[in-house]
Amino acid sequence: MRKLLGTAVIVGLGLGTAAPAFAQGEQFIPVLSYRTGAYAVNGVPFANGTLDYLALLNERDGGINGVKIAWEECETGYATDKGVECYERLKGKGTTGAAYVSPLSTGITFALTEKAPGDKIPLLTLGYGRSESRNGAVFPWNFIAMGSYWTGADVAIQHVAKEMGGFDKLKGKKISLVYHDSPYGKEPIPALEAFAKKYDFTFKGIPVTHPGVEQKSQWLSIRQDRPDYVLLWGWGVMNGTSIKEAAAVAYPRDKMIGIWWSGAEPDVTPAGDGAKGYKALMLQHGPGQFGVHAEIKKNVLDKGKGHAKDDFGQVLYNRGLINSFIGTEAIRTAQAKFGKQPMTGEQVRWGFENLNITEARIKEAGFEGMMKPLKLSCTDHQGADLARVQQWDGKEWKVISDWYTADRSVLDPLVAEQSAKYAAEKKITPVDCSKAG
Amino acid sequence: MTALSIAIPGGIGAILAGLMFTLLRGDRKSAIDLAVHIFLAVVMAVFLAFLAAKAIDNPGGFLEILVGGLLSGVLYSLVALGFVLIFKASGVFNYAQGAMVLVAGLALVRSLDFLTASGVATVVAVPLAILFSGAVMALCAFVIEKWVLRPLLNQDGLTLFMSTIGATFVLEGLAQMVFGSEVYPLKLFPTDPMILLESVFPGGILVNKLDVWGGVIAGVLVAALALFFQYTKTGRALRAVADDHAAAQSVGIPISWIWFIVWLVAGIVALVAATVWGTKLGIQFSIVFLALKALPVLIIGGFTSVPGAIVGGLIVGAGEKLAELYIGELIGGGIEYWFAYVLALAVLLVRPQGLFGEKIIERI
Repeated sequence: MRKLLGTAVIVGLGLGTAAPAFAQGEQFIPVLSYRTGAYAVNGVPFANGTLDYLALLNERDGGINGVKIAWEECETGYATDKGVECYERLKGKGTTGAAYVSPLSTGITFALTEKAPGDKIPLLTLGYGRSESRNGAVFPWNFIAMGSYWTGADVAIQHVAKEMGGFDKLKGKKISLVYHDSPYGKEPIPALEAFAKKYDFTFKGIPVTHPGVEQKSQWLSIRQDRPDYVLLWGWGVMNGTSIKEAAAVAYPRDKMIGIWWSGAEPDVTPAGDGAKGYKALMLQHGPGQFGVHAEIKKNVLDKGKGHAKDDFGQVLYNRGLINSFIGTEAIRTAQAKFGKQPMTGEQVRWGFENLNITEARIKEAGFEGMMKPLKLSCTDHQGADLARVQQWDGKEWKVISDWYTADRSVLDPLVAEQSAKYAAEKKITPVDCSKAG
Repeated sequence: MTALSIAIPGGIGAILAGLMFTLLRGDRKSAIDLAVHIFLAVVMAVFLAFLAAKAIDNPGGFLEILVGGLLSGVLYSLVALGFVLIFKASGVFNYAQGAMVLVAGLALVRSLDFLTASGVATVVAVPLAILFSGAVMALCAFVIEKWVLRPLLNQDGLTLFMSTIGATFVLEGLAQMVFGSEVYPLKLFPTDPMILLESVFPGGILVNKLDVWGGVIAGVLVAALALFFQYTKTGRALRAVADDHAAAQSVGIPISWIWFIVWLVAGIVALVAATVWGTKLGIQFSIVFLALKALPVLIIGGFTSVPGAIVGGLIVGAGEKLAELYIGELIGGGIEYWFAYVLALAVLLVRPQGLFGEKIIERI
């Protein structure tokens, strides 16, 4: 009897966890996410936003131009090995394989950058990933849409200069970077070193090892070193811990500026009053509910088919929405050329490279107020250089700056130099963008 | 001044090298042992001399890091104590101790949130929430003893260790499923900084009140555990079981009951650790990583020694903070995470049983 019961349980579990079957004619999108582990606090709202927008398209429009979207979520735990495993498991699913992949981790992006060209699957890395992948001639399969960490570094320095009264005031000042000791955290260092040279300030990088729960020595060193500003490149538990430790050593929170991955609600709420005054960059958008939220509420959440809970309208939920919006717009663009059917990764790559999200389209899709127009091309896989700064007032994020545009006179040579280095290392012949279709 | 700042630490280093070599001499057995011991003594002496040079250069800053590191080490000891208790009584290395801190913390913070949201005054809500989370830990102890340990009675240590890995995943998953997986702020102790000795050192020495509370709590906990082991019938039975299961059983000590008690005590220690760490970080999944911090503490202090857990914690805390600040900046930083394991490895090479552990002699 016991054996029978055991068999029944095993069979039941097997059935319960069986992978979903995908119908013929559906467009498959893999969703790499993390809902457990040290980074779940940030991973959950992003995944919820990503899925709710896809659900909206299916529920309201019957998919993209009538082509239903199918997806499967895979838990990466923000670990590169698990991320690659998820990618390998999901890349061939659906009628035409994966349309695109959003790794949601710079480490996973680094690993998949090697694999994507062989599998012909585009990588959408919204505001993260390899900064030099802006150069589509060398990185034809990477789309670092809306901004890179070098954009972020540039805007952060611009804001510091503005607060100090001009770029000339940066001379002799100290700016430290507290960063997650991973490819993600290290990414802005070349840009910040270039800015330190250009504006003659002292730059110091202070690494924090995964997951970032212990930062006492780093912040005591900051207390002794007394930098004028501290930039924060953290993720998950590291962000909240940094803010708490800053409060513990009485470092002024309004002299801290986080990257857009260190500027969401779960980053500041654990620190309570200690987070008051803390600033962070905005990847164009902030929190809040816009046209698309009303549509999701009406067509998805009210039907009990959504994922959002308290995170509805929060910063990372909104970023998940934008991520799916850009990805599905690339599919839509590809459909305009190749026909209204499920697109292959190669066709979606073409869609990304010819993506042109206009003001009118943003308004129509309900994203007005969340993002600016975005136009990608063979030479420019980033398409935008805009960011703003927000500040936590203890209860909510307040936008405190106008739009900043990154200084491409410094960043473009860096992109050219680093992408040429990558091309030489990997023996890649850059695409001739003048001949790109 | 330059000559002095080289001569003093150099002298300190030489004295320490000689001292360490003399201390280690007793365990020396072969020429390879001798070479290893000389090498370690020299490396350690160079490290300490380097730290002495830094201390002379900036005494206030050095003292601040040292005190901060020692107090952080006490917090590691709080987690390590749970491991020691279970290992002493049952010979099981309880990998689930980190998960138990998470369970205790989540039960505490979620019940506290529920009670305060229901209008219960904080002074009443806190004891009630502590009672509730204590009950949850008792339930965990009962379930683990009945369904994990008892069926594996008389199996070897590795089997029992593997079973605790299984228990870890079940506890982590269940706790997040029942109580949620967000970051839940907890504020049971003050967290603001204090500046000490401002008249002696420029800028003074910053100490966080929470770390001081952590030190006091660890002291009280160790004293309570010592009294429990020394003066209560259950405590003495526990020590008997730790010495020899079969002999203890033959004189009528109920092993199952003792194991339940020891897991319960480890659960209570986990709850105490959760109150301090939760106030520091918020109750969240990452608390389970503290188990990894406790491992080098145990290797250094010894798996069977309560004072060893405290001393090991102090060595790890101070060592990793000083290393991160002074050596980290020389090699690009980020060494805090593994430096504690380097210290543990050094101790393993010369004293495998740890500084305070019992040397096991087995006769064939």
